[in-house]
Amino acid sequence: MDTNVLFIFILAVFVGFEVISKVPSMLHTPLMSGTNAIHGIILFGGILVLADAATPLQQALGFVAVIFGSANVFGGFMVTDRMLQMFKKKK
Amino acid sequence: MCSQIVPLIIIGVSVLFILGIKFLSSPKTARSGNLVAAAGMLVALLVLQKTGGDNVWAHGWTFNYTLIVIGTLIGLAIGAFGAYSVKMTSMPQMVALFNGLGGGAAALVASLEFIKGAHGTKVAGIELPVLHETTKFIAGSMLFATLIGSLSFSGSIIAYLKLEGKFEKPMTFPGQNYLNGLIGIVILSLCGWLTFNVTGGNAITAFIVMFALALFFGVAMVMPIGGADMPVVISLLNSFTGLAVAADGFAINNLAMVVAGTLVGSSGTLLTLLMCKAMNRPVTNVLFGAFGSSGGSAAAAGGVAGTVKAIQADEVALLLAYAQRVVVVPGYGMAVAQAQHSVRELTEELGKRGVEVQFAIHPVAGRMPGHMNVLLAEANVPYDQLIEMEQINPSMDRVDVCLVIGANDVVNPAAREDKSSPIYGMPIIDADHCKQCIVMKRSMAAGFAGIENHLFYKDNTRMLFGDAKASLNALMAAVKAS
Repeated sequence: MDTNVLFIFILAVFVGFEVISKVPSMLHTPLMSGTNAIHGIILFGGILVLADAATPLQQALGFVAVIFGSANVFGGFMVTDRMLQMFKKKK
Repeated sequence: MCSQIVPLIIIGVSVLFILGIKFLSSPKTARSGNLVAAAGMLVALLVLQKTGGDNVWAHGWTFNYTLIVIGTLIGLAIGAFGAYSVKMTSMPQMVALFNGLGGGAAALVASLEFIKGAHGTKVAGIELPVLHETTKFIAGSMLFATLIGSLSFSGSIIAYLKLEGKFEKPMTFPGQNYLNGLIGIVILSLCGWLTFNVTGGNAITAFIVMFALALFFGVAMVMPIGGADMPVVISLLNSFTGLAVAADGFAINNLAMVVAGTLVGSSGTLLTLLMCKAMNRPVTNVLFGAFGSSGGSAAAAGGVAGTVKAIQADEVALLLAYAQRVVVVPGYGMAVAQAQHSVRELTEELGKRGVEVQFAIHPVAGRMPGHMNVLLAEANVPYDQLIEMEQINPSMDRVDVCLVIGANDVVNPAAREDKSSPIYGMPIIDADHCKQCIVMKRSMAAGFAGIENHLFYKDNTRMLFGDAKASLNALMAAVKAS
């Protein structure tokens, strides 16, 4: 199982490099913001650990993790969209 | 849901993430790219599985689920408030902040996964957590995620504060890089020792010490770096958070997290390198060079030949109104003065008079790559008027008037002429090559890097002093009258 995940990891490294190498510098800020939103998937990690939390300490830390992750993912996508809706072609 | 279908759906989610990033690479499809990635996120949430393979939503409702819903809603409120209240000039700070929160979440998730299920001894009624036995690979992943996530958290907070103007000067002291190196070695040693001794008696103490040191290391790493280099730092920390999320994915066996985190990690690394390339500096120089401190001495050396010549708005208006080709070079000063709307009005008026107007965009103008594009887009400047540095430089000698608005280091010819300058070798927009260069500036203060600007002393340069927005409005009135 471990080697399968490593296999996917290595391929994803190269895909990440390839996909981004064609981005014009004018889109760098939205791109950074967009990828920032994508790692907001950590919210799911927070949900999983909080769902299994057994002690008050674990519940408290998991709760904080969910808040952080949720702010990351929702804020990230919203702010990226707000930036991108301003890119308009000349009328 | 049938457990065989879920991996197939996760493949679909991965494709959505990749397509999302790909669509973000063109202005036409960028907005839908962001939505595609968000759709991928939603699908991944619906099929979210526990490590054992059960759908996380299929279980009985417990208090923990109430906490999940409340926490998510609080995060949603914070995120929405931040995203919609932030001014376009403060975008980089917002990205830094969201990134820091993601890093913090990654560190917490890894720590919680590590203490899950294991029971410790009770001391005064409180149960102390212990780390639980696992494979070396999983333990290593969790330690890595804790380490990188907490570093990214504290580093991003410092980057945020620096961009907000708090202690934006680099903080340095002799031997700083050695001290940071030493802390780094201690952290890595703890990490290595813990990987093989998770059930040892002092494991939880070592883990907490490692957590705290990693938080401190994030602060120590970013403090010596000047505010001008924060974009590079944020981009680097963004890729760090991605890698921490991928490591969390390994630890809790969630493929969607592995793919998403890795994509961000590798693309963020490349973006960091591209940004350093635009400044013509190796990434090591940005991170360990304490750029701003050497810039201070260079500014003090001074001694630039020539004199500074001021000009009045009326005169500039005449130059502009009867020019054939005008190029505007915007910089962070334009953002600070909130002058982007006035710039657009002026260029529209010039366009009506048949003047060809373009904007020359330096890749690192402002506080982040693409920062100027976002600001000008907000002011409804059509993006086909925005020309990148490499495309516009060859034709700069055919430009009648070059209007530099709040840009400084990115038009400093010292980068070409003065080998002793800290920015020597950085690609710049050749504003000094045009027939007449007008620099709009508040005062003669040095730029963000603290370096004297040779452009101000050139024979074909005139300085229009004052607040950029007020000056532009005066120009606008004078152009209309002429």
